[in-house]
Amino acid sequence: MNTDTEQRGEKGDILLDMRDVRIDGFSDERWHHIIKGVDLTLKRGEVLGLIGESGAGKSTLGKAAMGYAQPGCKIKSGSIMFDGMDLMAATEAEKRELWGSRIAYVAQSAAASFNPAHRLLDQTIEATVGHNVNTDEDARRDAVELYDSLSLPEPNTIGERYPHQVSGGQLQRIMTAMAMSPRPDLIIFDEPTTALDVTTQVEVLLAMRNIVERFNTAAIYITHDLAVVAQMADRIKVLRYGEEIEDADTNSMLTAPKEDYTKSLWSVRALEKPESPSDDIVLDIKNIDAAYGRSVKVLKDVSIKVPRGRTVAIVGESGSGKSTTARVVTGLLPPMSGSIEFNGDVLPAELKDRSKDQLRRIQMIYQMADTAMNPKQTVGEIIGRPLDFYHELSGPDRDKRVSELLRLIELDDSFIDRLPSELSGGQKQRICIARALAAEPEVIICDEVTSALDQIVQEGILKLLLRLQKELGITYLFITHDIAVVTAISDEIVVMFQGEVVEQGLKSEILQPPYPDYTKLLLSSVPEMDPNWLDNFVDARD
Amino acid sequence: MHPVITTVLQRLGLGLLTLFLVSIIIFSSIAFLPGDFGEFVLGQNALPETVAAFRRELGLDEPTWLRYIKWVTAVLQGDLGTSFSGRASSGANESRTVVELIAPRLWNTLFLAGVTAIVAVPLSLFLGITAALKRNSLYDRSVNAVTLTTISFPEFFIAYLLIVFLAGYFPTLSTVNDGTEFGERLFKIALPALTMTLVIVAHMMRMTRASIINLLASPYVEMAQLKGVSRSKVILKHVLPNAWAPIATVIAFNLAYLVVGVVVVEVVFVYPGIGQLMVDSVSARDIPVAQACALIFASTYILLNLLADVIGIVTNPRLLHPR
Repeated sequence: MNTDTEQRGEKGDILLDMRDVRIDGFSDERWHHIIKGVDLTLKRGEVLGLIGESGAGKSTLGKAAMGYAQPGCKIKSGSIMFDGMDLMAATEAEKRELWGSRIAYVAQSAAASFNPAHRLLDQTIEATVGHNVNTDEDARRDAVELYDSLSLPEPNTIGERYPHQVSGGQLQRIMTAMAMSPRPDLIIFDEPTTALDVTTQVEVLLAMRNIVERFNTAAIYITHDLAVVAQMADRIKVLRYGEEIEDADTNSMLTAPKEDYTKSLWSVRALEKPESPSDDIVLDIKNIDAAYGRSVKVLKDVSIKVPRGRTVAIVGESGSGKSTTARVVTGLLPPMSGSIEFNGDVLPAELKDRSKDQLRRIQMIYQMADTAMNPKQTVGEIIGRPLDFYHELSGPDRDKRVSELLRLIELDDSFIDRLPSELSGGQKQRICIARALAAEPEVIICDEVTSALDQIVQEGILKLLLRLQKELGITYLFITHDIAVVTAISDEIVVMFQGEVVEQGLKSEILQPPYPDYTKLLLSSVPEMDPNWLDNFVDARD
Repeated sequence: MHPVITTVLQRLGLGLLTLFLVSIIIFSSIAFLPGDFGEFVLGQNALPETVAAFRRELGLDEPTWLRYIKWVTAVLQGDLGTSFSGRASSGANESRTVVELIAPRLWNTLFLAGVTAIVAVPLSLFLGITAALKRNSLYDRSVNAVTLTTISFPEFFIAYLLIVFLAGYFPTLSTVNDGTEFGERLFKIALPALTMTLVIVAHMMRMTRASIINLLASPYVEMAQLKGVSRSKVILKHVLPNAWAPIATVIAFNLAYLVVGVVVVEVVFVYPGIGQLMVDSVSARDIPVAQACALIFASTYILLNLLADVIGIVTNPRLLHPR
């Protein structure tokens, strides 16, 4: 059995050495360069943070470190040496022997990466026993110890459960246990906390960091979240469009980034809007109870006042009832009790009972701009539709208004004939904003509109929303789980937890102590760009 | 009670309800058939009084709803009635019970279906899995092309093609009776079984291939690969346990077809199965036999689909192991 200190080599030896790696991927009927000649070295026991926007190729590079190219990709050239073994020349069988014994992988979505048909413990030890690293009996005993050291509840029995029977944060920790079970030399963490709520993320981060430190395992930690990588990594490598931008120690990278691109990544979180209080209430949500079907209530006595021309941010974990609140306001989900007043008049509960004018005044923007647009319609048709529907504009009048709206969202007429598939993620979200603006609404409900976007694109969208509010006096009801976004855009904050409003008030009041317990947990769980933040978090908690 | 048992019982109840509704449809559609059994048997020259007496004897003079209730009650007691045929205008009554008539025919059909299934199901699973593993290879394309071709032809055309090419090796007439030995029986049904295999393999194989390909793209299969699990173990341990529900559905559908849809093949090979019996009884206006056949077909469909549902339920860990 491995002990805590046993190592296959000396700390400081080079474990992984990748030179001039080039990877191509096949999509849209042709080959693209995904990784364009990147070098990567990793010493034993070292944690390297790999960071970049989506499409930067960080996940592809991470998998290539195992000698693996996902379907539709191929490693074109370069050398990948793992502990003296040439992975470019290795056969599938040789690599299979390495995977799950000396190199382990932790995937982004634990819920999708566990086989629903098998018990968690069986999956945890599958590779360890399959590679004869350990006997079945010892591996099981060790897995229980790992569960315990990862602070999983009921470590003795949790492995007997099936994946759907435990929560996402627990699954992610069990996957870490699975990776650690054969005591590998290297673990690839591929965005392991991206799908988790902040309060869960901090627990998982802590568990992963402790166990990697304890067994002195080398790791590549892939993420797009700078604050997260600052907690985990000894060294950070920034990737963009398949090329390395910068590589430095975590401390020097955070304090003195050299490249402009790196600096721009760092600056996103600096966006902050001065709050301005107002008593002119445009939307008054009063004592709403709501449920889906006859199941348990998902909203309990929710009351929110939204002042005109301001931004009210609703924050909370997934399942806290944020999106359900939006569905009730839009009339998609009639509440069981309670009422919604708009400009002092009670809005009909059901969508079909609302007048066209009432519908026009409240618009919505969704998280997934992709699925919120008809892929067969051009940008002109998408934006033109509400102009036709609400304002009965047609012909040249409509075209003129479409170009005005495009200019408003900082795009130009060349976009009119494009299809959504020809746009980038940020452009798609801008088109969705223009479509909402076309109705000339008073209130726009933004449901996690920046969650699917990269940080730099996020900043652009947030700045646009702020400018539109200043120019047009629009009111936003802004649903998000990201505290950085909240500080950037809101005047008032509503904290929700398990279907109830925990707190509502001006940003300065909510973000200043004293906090109610839940708000405190939520705020303190947001990682900061300080490598010692996680340690301080633990100290403060204990 | 365990939720799986509850769900299975629910499905069983739904199956029974479906069967009940189907019995109404069967009965009324046969009642709407044009022509009158009395006139048919006795000939056009029969006196109206004779026809009326004949109808009274068979109980056809009673109102439809009463006849339905009598029929259903009898069926529930296991009595499918007595065939109309065998009655002659002379008054002689040599009619046999429906059970007597159907039992040997049903056995023949089940035998043919069983033999076909034993060949076709493993074959299509094998082809489906291997084609999925070697996706877009020459092998995959050939398997797809061949099975698509066979499913695109009408069954009787395949049957005749097989007769043209294999007549020298296998009998083209599948005449069997109660006394036929097992081995000879197998030999005689070789061509009809082969015909039906060719017809159903395509559907089952393509469905298997599609569900396996779908699962091969799932993150947990990639995870298994990255744990260094061997190719065959990935399929057996990680893919198949999650593929049973869709595969079972398509297998059940095709097995039902083997029992219910074989009449054309039976006619071509002159095989005494239940499909022929039904066609004969409908054209002879032998109401009890036609109704019984239709009911057996309906039950087969319902039972097999029920079975597929149950397989889908018991292989789903979410239902088997609730939170």
